Amino acid sequence: MPWGERAQEALIPPLVALLIALICGDLLILSYGQSPAGVYRLLLEGTWGNAYGFGQVLYKATTLAFTGLAVSFGLRAGLFNIGGESQLAAGGFAAALTGLALPVATPLIIALILCIVAAGCAGGVVGAVPAYLKTRFGAHEVIVTIMLNFIVLALLNWFIAGHLHVPETLHTPEIHAGVLPRLSDLSPTFHGSAANLALVVALFVAVAVWFYLFRAKGGYELRAVGLQPDAAEYGGISVGRVWMRALTFSGVIAGIGGINYVLGYKHYYEDGFASGAGFLGIAVALVGRNHPFGVLLAAFFFATLSQGGLAIHAFVPKQMMDVLQGVVIIAVATAVPEVRRVLRGARKMSDT
Amino acid sequence: MNPLSFLAQMIRIAIPYLFAASGGVVAERSGIVSLTLEGFMLGGAFGAVVGTNYSGNPWVGVLTGMLVGLAFALIHAVCTIRYRADQVVVGVAINLLAIGVTRFFLKLFFASSSNSPRVAGFGGNIKLGGFDNPLLWLGLVVPMAVAYLIYRTPFGLRVRAAGEHPDAAESVGVSVKRVRYVAVAISGILAGLGGVYLALDQHQFTDQMTAGRGFIAISAVIFGRWDPIRAALACLLFAAAETFQIQLQGNHAIASQFIEMIPYVLVIIALAGLVGRAVPPAALGKVED
Amino acid sequence: MMAAASRLPASPPSRLPAIQMTAIDKSFGAIHANRGASLEVLSGEIHALVGENGAGKSTLMRILGGLMKPDAGRVEVNGRDVTGWSTNDAIAAGIGIVHQHFMLVPTLTVAENLVLGCEPKTRLVSLDYKRAAEDVRKLSDETGLVIAPERLVSDLSVGEAQRVEILKVLFRGAKILVLDEPTAVLSPPEVRELWSVLRGLRDNGATVVLITHRLDEVVELSDTITVMRAGQTVERIKTSETTPSEIARAMVGREVSLSAGKRVQPLARPEGPQRDQGLEARNIHVTNPRGIRVVDGVSFSIKPGEILGIAGVEGNGQTELVEALAGLRPVFSGDILIDGLDVTRRSVAARHDAGLSHIPEDRHRRGLILEYSVADNLILGVQKHFAKRGVLDQDRVMENAMEDVSAFDIRPPNPLLAARALSGGNQQKVVIAREMGRNFSVLLASQPTRGVDVGAIEFIHSQLLEARAKGKAILLVSAELNEVLALSDRIAVMYRGKFAVIMPASEASEESLGEYMIGAKKGNAA
Repeated sequence: MPWGERAQEALIPPLVALLIALICGDLLILSYGQSPAGVYRLLLEGTWGNAYGFGQVLYKATTLAFTGLAVSFGLRAGLFNIGGESQLAAGGFAAALTGLALPVATPLIIALILCIVAAGCAGGVVGAVPAYLKTRFGAHEVIVTIMLNFIVLALLNWFIAGHLHVPETLHTPEIHAGVLPRLSDLSPTFHGSAANLALVVALFVAVAVWFYLFRAKGGYELRAVGLQPDAAEYGGISVGRVWMRALTFSGVIAGIGGINYVLGYKHYYEDGFASGAGFLGIAVALVGRNHPFGVLLAAFFFATLSQGGLAIHAFVPKQMMDVLQGVVIIAVATAVPEVRRVLRGARKMSDT
Repeated sequence: MNPLSFLAQMIRIAIPYLFAASGGVVAERSGIVSLTLEGFMLGGAFGAVVGTNYSGNPWVGVLTGMLVGLAFALIHAVCTIRYRADQVVVGVAINLLAIGVTRFFLKLFFASSSNSPRVAGFGGNIKLGGFDNPLLWLGLVVPMAVAYLIYRTPFGLRVRAAGEHPDAAESVGVSVKRVRYVAVAISGILAGLGGVYLALDQHQFTDQMTAGRGFIAISAVIFGRWDPIRAALACLLFAAAETFQIQLQGNHAIASQFIEMIPYVLVIIALAGLVGRAVPPAALGKVED
Repeated sequence: MMAAASRLPASPPSRLPAIQMTAIDKSFGAIHANRGASLEVLSGEIHALVGENGAGKSTLMRILGGLMKPDAGRVEVNGRDVTGWSTNDAIAAGIGIVHQHFMLVPTLTVAENLVLGCEPKTRLVSLDYKRAAEDVRKLSDETGLVIAPERLVSDLSVGEAQRVEILKVLFRGAKILVLDEPTAVLSPPEVRELWSVLRGLRDNGATVVLITHRLDEVVELSDTITVMRAGQTVERIKTSETTPSEIARAMVGREVSLSAGKRVQPLARPEGPQRDQGLEARNIHVTNPRGIRVVDGVSFSIKPGEILGIAGVEGNGQTELVEALAGLRPVFSGDILIDGLDVTRRSVAARHDAGLSHIPEDRHRRGLILEYSVADNLILGVQKHFAKRGVLDQDRVMENAMEDVSAFDIRPPNPLLAARALSGGNQQKVVIAREMGRNFSVLLASQPTRGVDVGAIEFIHSQLLEARAKGKAILLVSAELNEVLALSDRIAVMYRGKFAVIMPASEASEESLGEYMIGAKKGNAA
C-alpha cells in the first residue's frame, strides 16, 4: 500500500537514528561510570519534568523551529540552504534596529509586525543572494550560503563592534518597542524561563509553510521542482523562478527566527547569539523529514537534548549532547537512502 | 613593516590551509564533497595534543593527530560511499560531530571545557621565526607532493577519472569506490596534519580552535579550481590578507572584518564565473543509484 | 608491456565459432529483454546483429561482455564455456566492447584514457607518460587509427573520439570487437572511414560484431547477419545470400496487434470557417551540444482533424523534434506555429495556452511526478486553472480526478494513490487523461502506447481517433509501425534528422516504409 510505504520511508529513518543515538548515549554515559537509565531519567526530569526546564526547551525549540522550517522549505524545492546562521543573525539585527528606531509608546501589535517584516526582509535579502547566483550563474547554493555565512556575520560584527554597541559589550542597546512578553509573564508556570510569545509566531509560520506547500498553487509547483525538475519543466513550471522564490523565502523564515532572542529574551541584538542554530536547523529539517509538523517535533527533540545536557551536567558533561547531535544527523542521513533502497527492493520482489 | 617578517608570518599562517586544501583537492577530485576539512582539522588538533601530552613526544602527537583525522575521514567515506548518504549533510554532521567529540574527550581527559594543558611542540627558537618546525617544511612540500600524486601517478589518474566520469573508469575495471575511499582517507590525514600543526604551534588545544580554517581551505580549493598548486597559491593569498590585517592592527584603514571576508568573497566571485569558470569535477557530489 | 602480454595469439583458422550464445534468457523485472536468443559468430568475420530498438541486441552483448549475467542459457567464446563471467574476465579473454555512449573521460588526454586501469609505471611510483604515448602511437600505426596521444578528449570530434574508443579495446588486446551502433553519431565521411577501419581489423584477424539498424551498413560491410526481434533471434543468414528487402521484412516483422490491417477513414471536412489552423513546422533545425544537426530541416503542416504519423527507428531525431515543438528544447532555426501563432521562442506554458498538449515519450521522467498523487498529476501543467487567488481548490482537483479516473478507467480508481504505485498502462492513462482532457487544438503524441497492456492500447487509440474526429491536429510519433499505419492520415519516415518521405497512409505498407526507415531508399520529402 503506497501510503503505508511513504509513511515508512518517512518515519523509519528518524526512529533508526534515535535508536543509534540512544546506543551511543549509553556508551558515552558508561564511559563516565554512570548508569544510562539514571542519567536518562535525570534528563527527562530536567527538561520536561519541571517548569523552568520545559520553558527553556520551548525557548530553544522556537529558534530551531524557524531555522528548521527554513532549511526544509529550501529542500522541498531541491535546494540546500546552509545560510541559516547568517540569515537568523541578520533578521535579529534588523528586528533590533527596528525596535530601537520605534518610539517607546508604539502599540505592541504594530511594533511586532514591523519588527517581523524587518527581520524577514533582512533574512530574505541574505537568502536572495544565493538564489540569484544559482538561477543566473548556476552557482551551487551550498558553497555560496556557507561563504555568505562568514561574510554576513563579519559584516554584522563590524556594525556592532564599530558603531552600535553598548560599551563593554557586544550588543545593541535595549529596544524601545516590540518587546515580546515571556510566557512566564503570562502565567507563573514557566517561571524564569526564556520562552516567549515568539513561540506563537513560530507555530503560525509552521502552519503558513504547511499551507503554502500543500494547499497553494505556488507550493505545488515548488514541490514539483524539488521532486522531478524534468517533469516540472514539462508541465510549464519555470524552474528558475521557483528556485528564486524558494531560497529567498527560506531566508525570510530564518530571518524571522531572530525575534526569539531579540524581541523575546534579551531585548537587544548580541553578536553571536545564533550560536549554531543555523546548522542545527539542517539536522532538524532532516529528522523532521522536511515536513512542517515533523520539523516542530524535531526542533522540540533537539532542544530537549540541548537543555538536557545542562540538566545532567553534574553526572555527564553536556558535551555528550554535542556528540549525540552529530550522531543523530549522520544516522538519519545514512538511513534515508538505505531505508528507501530496502523498501523499494522488497517491493520489487513482491511484484515479480 | 619588515617584508621578511611579513613573509615569515604569512607562511606560518598558511601552513594549516596548505595541508587541508591539498587533502581537499584529492578527495574532491575523486568526486566526494569535502566540507569536512574543518572537522578533520579539529580532530587532528585534538589528537596531536592528546598524543603529545601522554607521551611527551610531539612526533607521537603527529601520529595520533593523523589517526584521528583518518578516523573521521573513514566515517565520512563509509556513509557517503557505502551508504550513499548525501555528502553535504554528512559533511556538516561530521563537523558538528568533531566539535562534540573533541569537547567530550577534552572534558574526559583533561577535565576542562575550554582548553587542554600545554604541550611541547616543535622548534622554539624565536629567532628562526618558526622555520625550525619540521611540520612547516612538510606543509610547504605537501601541495607539490599532491600535485605529483594527482598528475603523475596511476592512482592520480584514476582519481581524476573517478571524479569526472566514474562509468568510464568502471568500464575499464577501475574500482571507483576503492579509489574514493583512499582519496577521502588521504584528505583526512592531510587535514588532520593541518590541525596538528595548529595545535602544536599554539602548544595546546582549545575548543573549536580551528575557527573556520577548514572552510578557508575549501575556499582555496574552489578558488584554485581544484588544482593543488593553484589551491596552494590561493592559501598563500588568503594568508597574506590575514597577515596584512594583523600587522596593520593599529591602522584602521580597512576594518579587520573586511579582511576576514576576502577568501569568501573571492569564492563567490569565482562561482559566479567572473574570474573564468570554476568548473568542479563533473561527478562531484553525485550519488549513483 | 601489459597490453602485449594479454593479447591473444591469432586464433587458429578453426571450425570453432568465436562466439556461441545459446538460448539466452534475461529479464529486468517485467521486461523480457532476451527470450531464448542465440548468436553464432565465426572468427575472422564481420557479423551484423540487427533489429529494432528493444529487440534485445544490446542486452545480449552486455551479457557477452560480462556486464551482466544471463538468467538462462550458455555463452561460449572460442569453444570455452564462459557463462556468467565478469567484465575483467571478458577483457582478459580478448572481448572489447565499444559502447554507443562513449566511455571516455573528457578532461583527460587520449593516452591517459587509453592506459586507465593498466597504467605503465616507471621504476618509481610514477606513471610513465612517455611509454604510454609511445604505445598509443605504435598501436595507431598498426591499425591505421591515427590520433595524437596528447590531445584532450573534449577537443576531439565525434569520429576521433570513436577512434579512441576502438583503440582502447585494442590496447587491451581485444580480438573480438563488439561495436554498438557505431555510426549513429557519425557524419557520412566519418562513416566511410570507420568502415575501412573495420575491414582492416577483420583482415588482420579480428572478429567484429556490429550492432546496427542501418541497412546500408549491413549490406556493405557484413559477412553474416543475425536478425533479432522482440528478444528472440529470428534469422541467421549470409549477407551474400539475401536482399535488402528480405532483411527489412525480417527486422520489422509482423506483430500481434489489434490494429493490424486497420486504416482510418478519411474525414469529411467540417463546414464553415475554421478558426484553428493546426500545427505548422517550417524548416526546423535542432542541434545537440556537440553541434550535430539532430533535426536537419524538417517541414510539415497538420490540418485540424488530421493525424500525421512519424515512423522511424528511434534515434533519428524524432525525440528532439517533438521536444522542440513542445518547447523543451530550443530550435537552432525554423518556425513553429500553433493555429497560426508563432510560438518558436515562447515558453512551455505559453504553448499550453496557445492550445498545445503533449504526451511525452518518457512518462517517468517527463510525464508524471511519481511521488505526487494521481489527482495532483492530473492537473500538472494546468494547475493555475484549479487555483483561486493562489490557493488550489482541492474539491475541484478531486472532482477533476474522479471524472478522469472513471472516463479513462484508471486502475486502481483511487486518486490519492501515488503515481508510482500504478502499472505502466495506468500511468499512461493518467498522462493521456490529463493531456487530452483539457482544451487543446494540437496534440503531440510520442510513443503513446509504449509499455502499455493490450486493452489500454485499444482505448488510447480510440481516444486519438476521437480527438481527430473533433477537429484536433495530431502529431503521432511511434516506433510501432502498425500503430502508425492504423491511425495516420499521412505518414512521414524520419531518417537521420530528415523526413525521408511523406506519403498518404493509403499508399503505405510495412515493406515500403521499412525500407525508408533503414535508409535503403530516399524519397520525396528532402
